Amino acid sequence: MGTSVFYFVATLSIFFALMVVFAKNPIHSVLYLILTFFTFTVHYVLLNAQFLAVVNFIVYMGAIMVLFLFVLMLLNLNKENEPNKTALLKVVGIIAGGCLVVTLIGSLKSVSISSPLLLKNPSLGLVENLGKELFGPFMLPFELSSLLLLSAMVGAVLLTKKEEKNNG
Amino acid sequence: MDINFVIEKFVLITILFAISLLIAMYSTYAERKVAAFLQDRLGPDRAGPFGILQPLADGVKMFMKEEIIPANANKWLFMVGPGLAMLCACIGTAVIPWGQDMVIGDRVIPLQVTDINVGLLYIFGVISLGVYGVMIGGWASNNKYSLLSAIRAASQNISYEIAMGLSIIALLLVSNSLSLKEIVEQQHGFNWNFWYQPLGFLIFMVCAFAETNRAPFDLPECEAELNGGYHMEYSSMKLGFYLFAEYINMFVSSTVMAALYFGGYNYPGMDYIAAQWGPTWAPLFGTFIFFMKIFAFIFFFMWVRWTIPRFRYDQLMNLGWKTLIPLAIANIIVTGIVIALTNNF
Repeated sequence: MGTSVFYFVATLSIFFALMVVFAKNPIHSVLYLILTFFTFTVHYVLLNAQFLAVVNFIVYMGAIMVLFLFVLMLLNLNKENEPNKTALLKVVGIIAGGCLVVTLIGSLKSVSISSPLLLKNPSLGLVENLGKELFGPFMLPFELSSLLLLSAMVGAVLLTKKEEKNNG
Repeated sequence: MDINFVIEKFVLITILFAISLLIAMYSTYAERKVAAFLQDRLGPDRAGPFGILQPLADGVKMFMKEEIIPANANKWLFMVGPGLAMLCACIGTAVIPWGQDMVIGDRVIPLQVTDINVGLLYIFGVISLGVYGVMIGGWASNNKYSLLSAIRAASQNISYEIAMGLSIIALLLVSNSLSLKEIVEQQHGFNWNFWYQPLGFLIFMVCAFAETNRAPFDLPECEAELNGGYHMEYSSMKLGFYLFAEYINMFVSSTVMAALYFGGYNYPGMDYIAAQWGPTWAPLFGTFIFFMKIFAFIFFFMWVRWTIPRFRYDQLMNLGWKTLIPLAIANIIVTGIVIALTNNF
């Protein structure tokens, strides 16, 4: 049953991900992206990573995508003020996309199917075990990444402060 | 998975769904009665004795009204909006433990739909998802006021989610568990979390008011500035769904507050009652007590609505970012230090 659920959800993820690209309206794109993230949450649950699943749910679906939607609604993008795409731009786009496809296929060729990965501890994704791992052996990288996020936050606040000074 | 298990859960879910709708329905009646009481009026008293049939009359009215979808609205999303608001309001009750395990004959029936071990985060996720109904509906209406209101709702919810999450972290330090069942079980008798986390509760409650868009934080439906807010273009039962979802949200957040901070189904002297009444009826009495606490919170929601005027937008943001978040962080630090001192020395 697990595999069939996986294939079903994986098909949905790919379908929604494609709709993100193909949707004409940017707001629709974001809504499809939210659905894509929801299918990722289901994938995490299937992998028994409940904490990751629920954090993905809260942070990506509940916060980051709300901000995306927020910004797009403010910008009010629609067909009239969409920048015109000239023929040159389209040709350049096709060439760039083709290069990416070639690179991806080339890298896929060198990939071999790995043997299925078996977790030593199947309940690693539960909150308690994950916390012990993060604050035990992975303490340093965890703290460093939090420092990175903090510096990004301070930078963002600083940028808005500077603008305020120039205006006033 | 035996058939009894499926029946048990099915019955429980149906009852919960019915209770959520019933409470939301009578919250509309209670709100008008409470408003009348606070303003020294009578309130609705025509439909039935004391007007108790008023919600039914309102419901029939909602159904019978003409359904209008604005010509320039995005039709599909216009319909998704209220549905999403209703869905997010209803799925929150799934992880709430409504009572102790009930014993009927030789079967033990847990009065909880599912006890996932990240239950608290699940509730938090459902709350954070709730804003999509408002945002999508407001945008799809293709109306400037609706859009402004949707954007307000989004920024308000995001801002207050942070303080809410931080106040929950302090609670987790005390309870050591993310499972709602365990958190409620720990508060046996009168050992409620409120005594350990009074500040955390206060922050959580203010944020719950903001997340449910209730006064004094009802800026998304501020009629003086926005002509009615995100549901301005809605009519008939779609409008009804939005209004209903707000009352269900109020019920769910009252439930969460009662469960997390006020002991849920625990009450002083519960062991005595359990010994007297046996394991079938005592849990039901606990559930009754739980609902009394929930109703007290719902009354409090209404009391505040008719007492405190609406915040201005900058006041709202100042309160969220400059008062609640620093307070919540200080609360975490103090709680952490106290726990470290009492455990190690």
